[in-house]
Formats: sequence, C-alpha cells, structure tokens
Amino acid sequence: METVAHAEQGRGTAWLLGSACALVLALVIGVAIGPAGPAWWRVPLELLDRLPLVAVDSGVNATDWSIIWNIRMPRVVLAALVGSTLSIAGASYQGVFRNPLVDPYLLGVAAGAGLGATVVFTVNRSGSLSWPVDPLPLISFVGGLTAVLVTYVVGSAFGSDRSSTTLVLAGVAVTSLATAIQTFLLQRNSDVVRQVYSWILGRLSTATWGDVRLVLPYVLVSTGALLMHRRLLDVLRVGDEEASALGADVRRIRLVVVVAATLGTAAVVAVSGLIGFVGIIVPHAVRLLVGSSYRLVLPLTMILGAAFLIIADIPGRVLDKPAETPIGVVTAFLGAPFFLLILRTRQNQK
Amino acid sequence: MTSLVFENVGVRYGNHTAVQDFSDTVRPGEWLCVIGPNGAGKSSLLRSIVGVAPHDGRMLVDGAPLHSRSARRRAQLIAYVPQNPVLPTGMTGREYVLLGRNPFVSHFGRETRHDVTMVHDVIERLDLAELADRNIDTLSGGERQRLVIARAVAQEAPILLLDEPTSALDIGHQQQALELVDRLRREHGLTVISAMHDLTLAGIYSDRLVLMHEGHRVANGTAEEVLRPETLAEFYGVSVRVHREPDGTIIVVPSRTIDLR
Repeated sequence: METVAHAEQGRGTAWLLGSACALVLALVIGVAIGPAGPAWWRVPLELLDRLPLVAVDSGVNATDWSIIWNIRMPRVVLAALVGSTLSIAGASYQGVFRNPLVDPYLLGVAAGAGLGATVVFTVNRSGSLSWPVDPLPLISFVGGLTAVLVTYVVGSAFGSDRSSTTLVLAGVAVTSLATAIQTFLLQRNSDVVRQVYSWILGRLSTATWGDVRLVLPYVLVSTGALLMHRRLLDVLRVGDEEASALGADVRRIRLVVVVAATLGTAAVVAVSGLIGFVGIIVPHAVRLLVGSSYRLVLPLTMILGAAFLIIADIPGRVLDKPAETPIGVVTAFLGAPFFLLILRTRQNQK
Repeated sequence: MTSLVFENVGVRYGNHTAVQDFSDTVRPGEWLCVIGPNGAGKSSLLRSIVGVAPHDGRMLVDGAPLHSRSARRRAQLIAYVPQNPVLPTGMTGREYVLLGRNPFVSHFGRETRHDVTMVHDVIERLDLAELADRNIDTLSGGERQRLVIARAVAQEAPILLLDEPTSALDIGHQQQALELVDRLRREHGLTVISAMHDLTLAGIYSDRLVLMHEGHRVANGTAEEVLRPETLAEFYGVSVRVHREPDGTIIVVPSRTIDLR
C-alpha cells in the first residue's frame, strides 16, 4: 500500500517536474523569437549570462537586451500568466459544475468582462478621469462576475440539476445579451470602436511590465484559492448530494471556486482581451495525460497552460510579419476543432 | 454504539409532503428496515437524515440534536449509501474509497498517513484489493456496490444508511452485499437503517421493520408482525401469500390474481 501511494506521488512529481521544464523551454523559445533584435540562438546564451554565477559571452548588445527585456519578456510573462489563469479557471469551472465543456467564456464571463471594459472605454475615453486605481480590471471583474451569476441563477432555475445543456444555453443567452448591450454602447460612441475592437481580439503584443504588475495580484490570489480547492473538487465529483453527505459544504465550495476563477479570468481578460478556448484545450489535454483527479490536473493545467499560451503566441508574431495576427484568432483556430474532437470522443464513449 | 431518535420528522418538497410526522427510536446496534410501496417516503426519510432533503422535526443522535452540527461533524456520525450513487469517471477504486475520509480532513488539508492506511485496511478487509487500482468505469454493478459500501465503511460512522442497496443486483450479489453489511454491523456495532423493496430479504436481515405509506409510518414490528397478508394487501394493494419457514424466516410471495374461472 505504502508503495502504491509512493508510486502515485512519484508519478505526480515526475509530471510536475516535466511540465515545469516544458514551461522553461517555452519561455526561452518565446523570448528568442521576434521580428527585430538579435539572432535567436544568442538569446538563451544571454539569459544564461544574466543568471548569477554564470558568465557566457553571447554577443548581445545593450539595444538587443532592451528588446529582449522590455519588449519580449513582458509579453512572454504576460502570456504565461494569462494562459495559466485561463486554464486553471477552466479546469475549476469544469469541476465545480461537473461539466467538461464549460469554461469561463461559455458561461459569459468574457462577454460580461468585455461589456465592463467597453463601459470603461466609453466613460473614460479621453483618459482624463483620474482614478485612484485603474478601473479597467475592476469593472471587467464586476461585469464578468455579474454575467456568471446570471448564467448560474438562470441555469439552475430552469434545469433542476444544472445539467450541461441548460447551463451552456443560459451562458449563450447571457453572452448574447451582454454583447447586444456592448454593441449598443459602441454604436453611440463610435469613436472608441477601434480601441474596443483591438482589445477584444486579444493583445499580448503591446504588453508591458506594467500590465504584468497589474494582473499579478489577481492571478496569485485566484490561482492560490483554486489550488487550495483541488482535493475538494475531487469530492464534488460524486455530485452535490453525496458530497454534502460526505461533509463537504457544497454551496460554499462552489461559490468560492466560481468567485476565484472569475476574479482571475476577469483580470487577465482586462489586460489581454478575449483569448478563447484555452480553458478547454489545456485541461482536457492534461486529463488525457494524467487522468481526471483534480489534485494533479489543477497544478499541471496551471503550468502547461502557461507554456501553451507562450507557444500559441509565436505564430501570431511570425505568420504575417511585420503585422500581428491577434492571439485570440490563433487559439480559436486551434481550439474550435479541438472542441469538436472532445464532443466526438464523448459521444463515442456513450 | 449509537442510537437515532426521530421526533415528528416531516419532509416537504414544495407543496408535496413526502414524510409526515415520523417518530421512531432506533436502538444502538439495531438494523431497522424501512419498507413501503414506491413513493411512500423511504428515500426522503433517509435523505433527510443526511441533511440533503429539507425537513422539520428533530433527530437526535445519542440524545444530541443532529442538524445543529456542521455537515462535516454529521458526516462523521452518519454514512450514506444512496440508491443511485454517482461514480466519477476515471477514478480508481482506491481514490473513490478515499473520498469516505473527507469528514476527517480539514477544509484545505489533505489526507494523512492514517487516512491512507485506514482505506488500505478497509479495502483488504472487504476483499476489494483487485478493484483498488482499476478504473471504476470498468467495474460491474456488484463490484461498484461493494466499493460504495467500502467508501461508507471508510467514513467510520457509527450509523449506516442504505437506500435500496440491492435493487441493481442479482440474487447472489444481493446476498453478498447484505451479508457484508451484516458482518460489518456485528464487527463494528453499527446502527443500520435501510430502505428495501425485497420484503423477504428485509425480513431476513433486519431486527425490525417499519412500513411507510404515503409519508406515514403505518406499521412497526418484527418481520412476523409486519409482513402479514392483510397489511400488505392494504398498503401495497397486492395479494400475497406469506410463508413461515421452520427457522422463523418469513417468505413473501405474490399470488397470481387473474381469475381463471
């Protein structure tokens, strides 16, 4: 028995180490590739050189280093934070609603957050209003949370057991409503259309260290809270009734997880725009690799989600040089077929 | 050993009354079997004990009110085997049984070595070692039922509730499951409350039967006292013959009612 438990633990540790290596690799590749700057192979050498106690002659000059550190690095780090948050939030939503096809976007978080951001752009269009804090992530958060609450309330009012279909349909309705309001606002304030549109398509390209600092606290709180619930998400898998018969406070767990996942999602949406399907692709791929226990799925999803979005951000930079293909387009391009694939395999299982 | 007292327990879903004014005292170590036709309120009664059905009235465990306790504390006292348990896809037998330790793990904590060892013991004792590392999707109905019972045993609760534990099983597995419960009851001094459809099995395994009808507790006593043709005809609307074996076993057989003239 002890050996079985150890083997299990060892397997988990191996996966975590492996995916951490994948993340580091993705980071290095992400920083090495770009339209301007030094030859790609100099970048890893320069990064090594910057580590304490290591001296390597990489031949990178100060301008190149500035490109690496101030342009590429924040973009890669932001991609990692966004990818990891969207993925772990997706996995948690799937756990808490016991529905493998939900992600924050399908439940309306994104549309709600998008509406919130549009409101900020219209009200604050000249940037002349001086807020003590940046209102964009806050208002997006409120919009996202409101949308999920409405979806949840409508979904559980019409479907007795929050079945997959009712919930997803409620999400569709809420998304349409939020989008309609957003369109109405944009029609009346056509001067911000361009700003809002480029925000919606996802914009890691303009990332700065300021963006990273802006989302970091939200991401840390959200991810930390979700990771703490990974054992309880396994308990919830037996359904609300049995979980509460096993002593779990189902309503509280669901509330905390939804709030935490929404907080993280809304914050990253506010700085990166709408990057779809990450919350479905990554958790499902992880489940295919390591099985369905959230104890391992959540941390792995977090790490591999970061690596995934860094890599997914690369084609956007090189496909259409010097223009950028928005990252939301790339992930949708990968994600939509993947989504259909999941539907198909689930159909075959039944 | 632990007693459970019901004081005027009622269960209502909206306008529908499922259980009304149910009072009873289940003695420590007793096996009480609740019988009654479909919709009599058996499941609702069990679900109200675990706190998943809205109810009024009081329940006392060893004299102390049950529902003033936290869900976690309650789960340490009462283990529940539902009629249609949800078995999560992709879980192994061992992971599933480990869920039974949830009431002893703090909210954000994780299972201790003791929990893991305890689950290991339960698996060995219930002869489930072969199922422990298999994916539960691949198990048969009988194997799953044994795992669900194992999960309830891992909960180490002194009161065990079983909702139709044998309804999905063939006669061999029915006997196996009930023998297992009986053995656990004797070894651990469990107090057992089960809802059952099979009246003969109910009579064989339980110490006492309670018959429910439309939410009311209409009969109470030993198998011989409750399983009478007149009583069953009145509340089930059936015509049955009841045999008493020399060893005291009561056998209920439906009689064919078509009038052949």
